[in-house]
Amino acid sequence: MAVLVIADRDGDTVRDTTNKTVTAALKLSGEVDILVIGQGSKAAADAAAKIAGVRKVLLAESGALSHQLAEAVTATVTGLADGYDAILSPATTDGKNFMPRIAAKLDVAPISDIIEVVSNDTFVRPIYAGNALETVQSSDGKKVITVRPTSFDPAAEGGSAPVETIAGADAGKAAFVSEEMVKSDRPELGAAKIVVSGGRAMGSAEEFQAVMDPLADRLGAAVGASRAAVDAGYAPNDYQVGQTGKVVAPALYIAIGISGAIQHLAGMKDSKVIVAINKDADAPIFQVADYGIVGDYKTVVPELMKALG
Amino acid sequence: MKVLVPVKRVIDYNVKARVKADQTGVDLANVKMSMNPFDEIAVEEAVRMKEGKEHHAAGTATEIVVVSIGVTQAQETIRTALAMGADRGLLIQSDADLEPLAVAKLLKAVVDEEKPDLVLLGKQSIDGDNNAVGQMLAALLDWPQATFAGKIVIADSKATVTREVDGGLQTIAATLPAVVSVDLRLNTPRYASLPNIMKAKKKDIAVKAVADYGVDTAPRLTVKKVTAPPTRSAGIKVADAAELVSKLKTAGVL
Repeated sequence: MAVLVIADRDGDTVRDTTNKTVTAALKLSGEVDILVIGQGSKAAADAAAKIAGVRKVLLAESGALSHQLAEAVTATVTGLADGYDAILSPATTDGKNFMPRIAAKLDVAPISDIIEVVSNDTFVRPIYAGNALETVQSSDGKKVITVRPTSFDPAAEGGSAPVETIAGADAGKAAFVSEEMVKSDRPELGAAKIVVSGGRAMGSAEEFQAVMDPLADRLGAAVGASRAAVDAGYAPNDYQVGQTGKVVAPALYIAIGISGAIQHLAGMKDSKVIVAINKDADAPIFQVADYGIVGDYKTVVPELMKALG
Repeated sequence: MKVLVPVKRVIDYNVKARVKADQTGVDLANVKMSMNPFDEIAVEEAVRMKEGKEHHAAGTATEIVVVSIGVTQAQETIRTALAMGADRGLLIQSDADLEPLAVAKLLKAVVDEEKPDLVLLGKQSIDGDNNAVGQMLAALLDWPQATFAGKIVIADSKATVTREVDGGLQTIAATLPAVVSVDLRLNTPRYASLPNIMKAKKKDIAVKAVADYGVDTAPRLTVKKVTAPPTRSAGIKVADAAELVSKLKTAGVL
């Protein structure tokens, strides 16, 4: 069986979510190809070719593919589907956008956000905001799967797969208008080694920034937020850590003024070390924290800044 | 513009799901059920399009049809949407928990009958967490899709949608008819007023059976088991920031 992994391209390279998805793919088959999509992606394809264990890299370039529009990606991937028994993508917003469309075109039930490969046709995925894990077996001849990157180790570098160029599809009935990416010198939330997250306790967007940004800068960390803080407008949506937001698993996760609603815990409980700072000693966040400080963030965070030197 | 809003009856957002001891699923007996929160946002946006609220011109939506696929009690969910301002409802009754592919096929059949210009729905249900139906419906219809909408502008036969994506926002223009799935920040849904709840009781809900649509809804996935996630044990409380930093240095994460 051969497996196609759709890469998560980042300019001239691919994100490590791609390497992690390759790890999941290698559990299904030794024949793993990577598809790199987007105009001007040759360098990214060459980077993908260095991932160990990859058979070959396919490069599809067209203007419509540059912004990963679902219609164009679907047309490109379904054209390749005959050669593969499984198609995998990291469960990024791009993957979540185009993979179900690909599945429907192939008349296949997609399997979303897997955290474990049990066998060639059986997978584990979280449901009910991570309150339950379901093990599902697929009877479809072809599997269409999104992979939760934090649940898999990245495949190593060191490969030298050949790169083949294939035809990229044109735009469908949706067109790219613009994008507004957050420009930040901080690491990406999904890839950061340290994440500092703030909750509703911050009380305002200004306070959120004033507390979180200096700490994040001091630690070289990404900033996250609870859904409550996002709902209240204190932090942008792409800061949201949780089942319906971003799932993260950094080496260090510091939750500040976050009570620990189950949907938030689902997004960070696989972090290596969890620190909670909350003035409510009974907050559920302490039940998952390795180290907790009971106290008002207004005094604890400045002390923390001082202790960090 | 006619808008179709699919809604799902799910476990209430504030209820913690508990896995059944026999590992066959999540225990929903005597559990409070509500409209899927993302679907509520979709209903709210459709109603704002009809009312001309926010940036929407009055009459952007002319008719709002709400459809649910599920048990008889899903009529209550439809009734909630009617009380928020939708015009009429359709229940496709099913006691089976249908997979997203089957739901998308049924919704395609509904779209073929109702011929809406826009299908507006939640990005995912908070039970299955698949995040798939909207994209699959768009594929089956061969319509454009705009997922994870944080802002929707309808003009010139297009839905210009600002999408909440990793790292920021992406705006795309989808030629109508289109499928748009909505994200958290699109709006804050209203509470239905008592007079509107009374009015909703008089609104029409058609009830049909899955078999009426003649589509293949056979499951493709077999649930082998449903288990509780591994728990993480609580650690220790430290006295102050200095002790925390020293612990974190020892743990090798600073």
